[in-house]
Amino acid sequence: MATNPIPAALSVSARKPGRQKPVLSAGFLLAVLGVVAVAVILVFMTIELRGNLGYILPRRAIKVGSMVLVAVAVGLSTVLFQTVTANRILTPSIMGFDALYILLQTVLTFVLGGQVVLSMVAPLKFGLEVLLMVAFSLLLYRWLFTGNGKSLHLMLLVGIVFGTLFRGVSALMQRLMDPSEYLLLQDLFFASFNQVDGTLLLVAIAAVVLVSIPAWRMRREYDVLALGRETSINLGVDHRRAATVTLVICSVLVAVSTALVGPITFFGLLVASLAYQLVPKFTHAVVLPVAILLGVISLVGGQLVLERIFDFNSALSIVIEFIGGLVFIGLLLKGSLK
Amino acid sequence: MSLATVAPVQTVDPAARTAGSGLKLALGGAVVLLLAIVSMFVGVSDLSAPALLAGDPAAWHVLWISRIPRTISVILAGAAVSVAGLIMQLMAKSKFADPSMVGTVESASLGILVVTVLFPAASLFLKMGVASVFAMAGTALFLLILRRMPLRNTLIVPLVGIMLGGVIAAVTTFFAYRFDLLQTLNSWMVGDFSGVLQGRYELLYIVGALTVVGFVCADRFTVIGLGQEFTTNLGLNYNRIMMLGLVIVSLISAVVVVSVGAIPFLGLIVPNLVSMYFGDNVRRAIPWVAVFGAGFVLVCDIIGRTIRYPFEIPVGIIVSAVGSLIFLYMLLGRRKTNGH
Repeated sequence: MATNPIPAALSVSARKPGRQKPVLSAGFLLAVLGVVAVAVILVFMTIELRGNLGYILPRRAIKVGSMVLVAVAVGLSTVLFQTVTANRILTPSIMGFDALYILLQTVLTFVLGGQVVLSMVAPLKFGLEVLLMVAFSLLLYRWLFTGNGKSLHLMLLVGIVFGTLFRGVSALMQRLMDPSEYLLLQDLFFASFNQVDGTLLLVAIAAVVLVSIPAWRMRREYDVLALGRETSINLGVDHRRAATVTLVICSVLVAVSTALVGPITFFGLLVASLAYQLVPKFTHAVVLPVAILLGVISLVGGQLVLERIFDFNSALSIVIEFIGGLVFIGLLLKGSLK
Repeated sequence: MSLATVAPVQTVDPAARTAGSGLKLALGGAVVLLLAIVSMFVGVSDLSAPALLAGDPAAWHVLWISRIPRTISVILAGAAVSVAGLIMQLMAKSKFADPSMVGTVESASLGILVVTVLFPAASLFLKMGVASVFAMAGTALFLLILRRMPLRNTLIVPLVGIMLGGVIAAVTTFFAYRFDLLQTLNSWMVGDFSGVLQGRYELLYIVGALTVVGFVCADRFTVIGLGQEFTTNLGLNYNRIMMLGLVIVSLISAVVVVSVGAIPFLGLIVPNLVSMYFGDNVRRAIPWVAVFGAGFVLVCDIIGRTIRYPFEIPVGIIVSAVGSLIFLYMLLGRRKTNGH
């Protein structure tokens, strides 16, 4: 991990030239984050452990498992999406991916009826949703990102408005539904880390592992893609193919994490920005695991602090939304958008 | 300003324009009146024109207590929020700024939340006052951030605004969650006229008065839209006009949120559509913005009341679905005219 496969001239530094700090080596950083992540998970599993262990431990394991899974899905999808779109500020969530997921859920229930959707086998339903989501998001985001010379601000704004549109249409359809069907649907959106279904978690793990393998195998290619569309084409990367594959991967990851715990808009932006700040040399072999570990630490740690110190239950996403929004404004103010 | 225009400004002979514009405006007013009459006869409890003519006391009661207040509040809110959007766009020097997108509305909700938690028994008037102060602070913060922006691009203005609004909304949600007021909060965030009855909408007359102030000061807002130096060169006090704009926009947003909830995108869509057809002269555009805003909300409200009869869909949901579509069209249409 410490050896850098990409020549120094090709690696993109996250910092401006004048601000190079003496940084930790990549291996050391990964080791430290790994240890912290494991420690946080262990504390989460064992704190105030009393009563019926056979009941408590599996429940906690599912909770931790879903948080780790979300960290992997969000960390991977954000970094890859940012690399392919050559920016540090767009994330799948900000671009309305998860609102799209909610819209699809709503349309499915609206068209097929709540009973049909509910009686579908969880993996089958999940597979169908992911498939539709991938197809639709590919159409939409390919269209947005093909060609060059697009203004990043315009794309960002269009993405946000698409998100609003999807949410608006979903809300409209939900109101048009039979109230009893709406109740069935509502349960799907408000799933928090507290109510994750065990079977669905297994399906989700399988899906994430499945798309993580090609993503990881393409890590070197991503280092080249990070240099921008033109440069990477000149260096012999099939940019169109890579972008398509990545958008598919991102769609699956976002669908999985949204299906599992509901939308968390700014989380990806947060961990990705932090990862770019921490990693000495920008290579995906380091940035990806760092982003994921940061995600695990902040989700599990944040939940731990909120649950045990502040006695809240599912306010974590609100806290993330707050901090993430501030980071976003900060990035805009710093002018890191070109 | 020319940089920010969404569509090419129509160039018509000015003399011909002024001659026909009064008539057109009267026609627009007539359409709104027609919509208002239609709106009064839509609803669950029976109300028919023959019953009114026959002097049926029950029918007149429904008309006075519920239908007329509702229609008036729709017109007042629609016109005022649209005019507030126009003023906001001049203050932020961006066609894509709107009180519901730059944190004004979110700040107003935070204000209501604070006063609800601290003084649960507060009068509607006190709530409105606190909400206005918060709305002003939030809007001022937004304008301050804008001034600090290193690169000022038309599109970055709404981006910063949306994010600032998101941050403020997150704070609000956090405390609403803590104090078990999430449901109450939702009713402020989604505009809905179904709760309007006699005695529950009169604050909206304040926004009617503010809209008139906006009319009277229209030219000043045009001037601040051209920048601080230009304003000062004309011998006007830039800061004082900015303050006036801030007060008008914040008060309108606060009163509307207190009375009926937020109506998203309205202040964005209406002024932009009007400027597409009538150009950027604020004095000429502002009555149109008011008329068009009132008509647009009336139509959305009628749709919301009939589409799932006898249930009602809040107007905020209709406006956000329709509004985001129109906004997308404006953004992407802009892309085409720029030659991409």
